Amino acid sequence: MSTRLEKPIFEYSVPGRGAEDQWPRDPGPAATDDLPATLRRSTRPLLPEVSELEAVRHFTRLSQLNFSIDTHFYPLGSCTMKYNPKACNSFAMLPEFLARHPLSPESVGQGFLACLYELQEMLKAVTGMQAVALSPMAGAQGEFAGVAMIRAYHRARGDLERNEIIVPEAAHGTNPATATMCGCVVREVPVNAEGDVDLEALKTVVGPKTAGIMLTNPSTLGVFERRIEEVARTVHAAGGLLYYDGANLNAILGKVRPGDMGFDVIHVNLHKTFSTPHGGGGPGAGPVGVSARLAPFLPVPIVGRRGEQYCWLTERDLPQSIGRLSGFMGNAGVLLRAYVYMRLLGREGMARVSEYATLNANYLLAQLTRAGFDAAYPSRRASHELIITLKRQAKELGVTAMDFAKRLLDHGMHAPTTYFPLLVPECLLIEPTETESKAALDAFVAAMAEILAEAAQEPERLTSAPHTMPVRRLDDVRAAKQLDLTWKPTVAHAIPTTA
Amino acid sequence: MSNVPSDLKYTKTHEWLRTLPDGTVEVGITDHAQHALGDLVFVEVPEAGRTLAAGEPFAVVESVKAASDVYSPIAGEVIAGNPALAAEPEAINSDAYGKGWLMRLRPAAAAAPQLLAPKDYEKLVVEEGS
Repeated sequence: MSTRLEKPIFEYSVPGRGAEDQWPRDPGPAATDDLPATLRRSTRPLLPEVSELEAVRHFTRLSQLNFSIDTHFYPLGSCTMKYNPKACNSFAMLPEFLARHPLSPESVGQGFLACLYELQEMLKAVTGMQAVALSPMAGAQGEFAGVAMIRAYHRARGDLERNEIIVPEAAHGTNPATATMCGCVVREVPVNAEGDVDLEALKTVVGPKTAGIMLTNPSTLGVFERRIEEVARTVHAAGGLLYYDGANLNAILGKVRPGDMGFDVIHVNLHKTFSTPHGGGGPGAGPVGVSARLAPFLPVPIVGRRGEQYCWLTERDLPQSIGRLSGFMGNAGVLLRAYVYMRLLGREGMARVSEYATLNANYLLAQLTRAGFDAAYPSRRASHELIITLKRQAKELGVTAMDFAKRLLDHGMHAPTTYFPLLVPECLLIEPTETESKAALDAFVAAMAEILAEAAQEPERLTSAPHTMPVRRLDDVRAAKQLDLTWKPTVAHAIPTTA
Repeated sequence: MSNVPSDLKYTKTHEWLRTLPDGTVEVGITDHAQHALGDLVFVEVPEAGRTLAAGEPFAVVESVKAASDVYSPIAGEVIAGNPALAAEPEAINSDAYGKGWLMRLRPAAAAAPQLLAPKDYEKLVVEEGS
């Protein structure tokens, strides 16, 4: 990784320089004839003027500033930043997939449809649900689809009063946001000291207005919700449905199925659990799986099978569908990567994912505890991620979780998630994933131990970290308040033209 | 040690409440709460006229670490949200009990709030290990 900051490409610009053979061919003045004169520009756009080599160097240097899973240990809790096998990408990039037009007839896309159909079947098997739709284009859209289906279900039964969604205080922030987006009222339930949902509190919140509950299991606290069946019974008895946020699926893959726990609807973050490079908002996919009673409401299109032929199921086949969430079938590339990844793993491989993900997390928890760190839930086994709290260090040494996170960057490691979940003060949420070796985990523990020793002797090395990155400690407050990131070329670069 | 003025009432969820001479009340978040949140960058206050139940979220405070709901300590009708906070959210960091007030409220007639006395709130903050 480069440690030198790259300046904006405009600052390399020299008037008149360029790479003319890369320019689009001049279409001639007639090309704009049908545009009204008021909409035609009279000046050239303000573009940087650099040579081809300068452009190549600029963007190559920018790419070298990345922290990425291909270059660094990346234990960003709750994000499942695991290695994505290159094979998944290669197969998804086959020219026959890339060049396929989304409006091409079913008869010429049978291979593609077969992949999606089998992906639906595999997701059903791995989640224990009865039907799956692949079209939601991200986790948030999957959540939206899930709660929209819950609402549609109650409405179809004439049960119009049910507009409350229960969310445990340990939930992902997206859960209450989704409920609000779907027009529901959010009711929060607390968790107890061991990280389980407070059942007594839950019993006082459920009632004739309960539409459903949104849960992650294992929860955001990095522990398995042990009384999940009782939670399910309580919510079902009150007439509500259970929504499973698939964010932490990596912990239970091939071991426990949300459908068997009593959940009615689930979204799966394919980009996390099933092999798509993510982070920075890249394309995702959030398929939804449902129990039989929600199947009529699934978003369309879904891939169906008539005899030996695969086909699209649309509004005509599912008249009660909540509708379409994407122009076509969702993010095809992400779906294909997930399909290849699942086929590569097979049923046995799927269980190995969660076995190693939880083994790695529990190994880190044991080693970090031995190195002098405090587990947030010391009586609990970790799931695929673990939480340590630096509350004691903050009090005794005056260094915060953020200082540890920044100092880790100097050790060539991406920081864990900081200050999330909000319930745990000064916390680091650490998710090593199954793809890291013992050596990588040991190196992380060694770095943390070294930083802890440094915190006692030379705390300012932490509070002023990072020291080796292209940018030092950022001013978070200013960054949040001044959102204007426009870089304005100087007047010298503006070349008026009469063309 | 956190600053807990002796003339206010408090909640377990770290709001403070001041009764004004005319019987209306002023509500904000405590010094302990602002310290735990860190530098605030955005605050959303309620509109006048809104009716609140006790424990209902009425404002959102967002820091570089987190966004949190603020809960109304008592039932009542909003007289005003603090208009200055949109441009100057950091007033809550610098003056949580003064310029950082979030709303003024006319308590509902039947309001019988269960609030904490200063010494009880102090105890809570110590237990949470500030």
